[in-house]
Amino acid sequence: MMKRRMYANLQRRIIFITLLVSFIPLISLGVTIYYQFAQMYRDKIEEQIKYRARAQSNAIELFLKERTAILLAMADTHTFDYLVDEGNLERVFQIMNHRAGGFIDLGLIDSSGRHVAYVGPYNLLGRDYSSQPWFDEVESKGLYISDVFMGYRRIPHFIIAVQRQENNRRWILRATIDSDVFEGLIRAAQVGKTGDAFIINKGGFYQTHLRFDGEILSKSNLDPTVFGEGTTVLEKVNREGKKELYAGSWLKKHSWLLVISQDVSEEMTRLFKTKRIEIVIIVSGCLLIILTTIFTTHLIVRRLGMADRKMNELNVQLVHADKLAALGKMAAGVAHEINNPLAVIAEKTGWMEDLLIEEEFQKSRHLEEYRKSLRKIEEHVERARKVTHGMLGFARRMEPHLEDVDINEVLHETITFLESYARLNNITIERDLKPDLPIIASDHAQLQQVFLNLITNAIDAIGKDGLVYISSQRINSEIAVSVKDNGPGIPREYQARAFEPFFTTKERGKGTGLGLSVSYNIVQNMGGTITLESEEGKGTTFTVGLPVVVPEKK
Amino acid sequence: MPVEEKEVGEVDEFSVLLVDDEREFLETLIKRLQKRKLKVRGVTSGEEALKILKEMSPDVVVLDVRMEGMDGIQTLREIKKASPLVEVIMLTGHANLEVAVEGMELGAFDYLMKPMDIDELLYKLEDAYKRKTIQEQKIKHLEEGRELEGV
Repeated sequence: MMKRRMYANLQRRIIFITLLVSFIPLISLGVTIYYQFAQMYRDKIEEQIKYRARAQSNAIELFLKERTAILLAMADTHTFDYLVDEGNLERVFQIMNHRAGGFIDLGLIDSSGRHVAYVGPYNLLGRDYSSQPWFDEVESKGLYISDVFMGYRRIPHFIIAVQRQENNRRWILRATIDSDVFEGLIRAAQVGKTGDAFIINKGGFYQTHLRFDGEILSKSNLDPTVFGEGTTVLEKVNREGKKELYAGSWLKKHSWLLVISQDVSEEMTRLFKTKRIEIVIIVSGCLLIILTTIFTTHLIVRRLGMADRKMNELNVQLVHADKLAALGKMAAGVAHEINNPLAVIAEKTGWMEDLLIEEEFQKSRHLEEYRKSLRKIEEHVERARKVTHGMLGFARRMEPHLEDVDINEVLHETITFLESYARLNNITIERDLKPDLPIIASDHAQLQQVFLNLITNAIDAIGKDGLVYISSQRINSEIAVSVKDNGPGIPREYQARAFEPFFTTKERGKGTGLGLSVSYNIVQNMGGTITLESEEGKGTTFTVGLPVVVPEKK
Repeated sequence: MPVEEKEVGEVDEFSVLLVDDEREFLETLIKRLQKRKLKVRGVTSGEEALKILKEMSPDVVVLDVRMEGMDGIQTLREIKKASPLVEVIMLTGHANLEVAVEGMELGAFDYLMKPMDIDELLYKLEDAYKRKTIQEQKIKHLEEGRELEGV
């Protein structure tokens, strides 16, 4: 019970430690890799959007620069008088559109702010612009690119105006940029299903149409001041609660901001897919580790238990052998100490018997009584001598003297020897000796002693009327001889002690209790085993296992 | 002498030296052997045995293996050195059958386990004595032969 709890504990501990040391690195590795990967991925996306914003802003800047340059060139190379003629203005407009394109109309405005010549789809001739803010700007700076506004024509547009000083006269050449061409340029920067590109002015008003919602010229929810020098990327949550990346790049000397927006989740889809795959791999890895750990631990602990049990058995055997050895030593000592007094008793008795022959004793009435008593003493000395010699036999380290032995022959001899004794008690001896047993190198006399002892025991155990069954066979590298009787059996509590010296269940004076222990010793020294199997009421089986030692070829 | 006495032991007279440190055993055995017409003396140690050996020159020595002081094997070795022709019967009272066997290898005639039967001892003594006389005769023949050759 204690053992089982100990093993369960051990098993739990091994599983826990194994899982701990395999999960911690696995999971931290997974998490680290994921976050590093996510960071890299985000950096890459940011880098991309930033790059696109910068490239597109350069393209727009170039577009505006080209338009401004051609307008300036036209103003520089023509006179007011020439341009005021609408036919001439029309020719110049056509050259401009031919060279650069993207102009909707072209107008000439005199110093008082009046539109004196106009080429284009709207009727704007004669309009007075002197009160408009851009007029003052052109007056002061000589060049002006407007924000998008509605103006007289009531559609959003923006203009480029340049001023020219000709002798003492100042005039302004003004062109309107084709919104379609301009917005087309910006739309080129829109990416994916959700990406957008637009321009807002300093005040945060949209200068171009948006892809999804938000009107041109309406106020955007972006604060242009958070966009710094060059190109800036920032993340914002839009109205639908989705994360969006915004890259802003200033144009037109900081009066316009080109913004490219992108839905993060759309770009991150692949990353999320990667995350899912990673989680699946880690989870199944963990499962595999758990299963393997439990399985191997179970296996190890079971092996351990088995080894433990085996060791226990071995220990029991060792203790048993040790006990027998100690008893043997003691037996030898005791035998020696007893043999000397026995010798003295025997001599004294002998001497007394010798003296009884003398004449003086012959007349005694009790002569026969004396003689009988002396014979009895001698008889009992002889009995004691048998015991002590048996004890010496048990203690002696007898190296079997090797000869070629046919086990069946030994058995036949022994059985023949005992058959008449058995018949006297109405006991049948049956034999089942396998004829194909190998000849082994062993000690004939000692083996005979062992079998004699076992068979005598069997006969004595039965008492009267019964059967002794003797069999021999080869089992692997052993010859197994079993002697089975149908006597009363050996009670369980005696079975463990059966091989101890002086242990006997026979009546006092009938057995010395040395036979089995001497047999045990003999077989042990031959490298064999004796085991007993008994059930009360059903009889006893002694089995001798002898190693098959092949005799040397002579 | 009473007639009955002759029945106890009918052996040729020869001399035996008993060596055993168990005094009671020794004394009784001496008496019993003397009753059987043997010339017997007994000593209780190996050292004594060697001392008396020259003076008595016994035919057979009965030697206990385990004694205080000089043990049986040592004594046997010395006896054989001093008088190679003396026959020795070893007496053992204990486990060491090997010692007895070792004694045989050193030239002991035989061994007996204590307690032993008196008749058994007598047979062994006679056999030992016989062997001794045969050996002596052989040697005598050899010596005579040599003398003849020498003349």
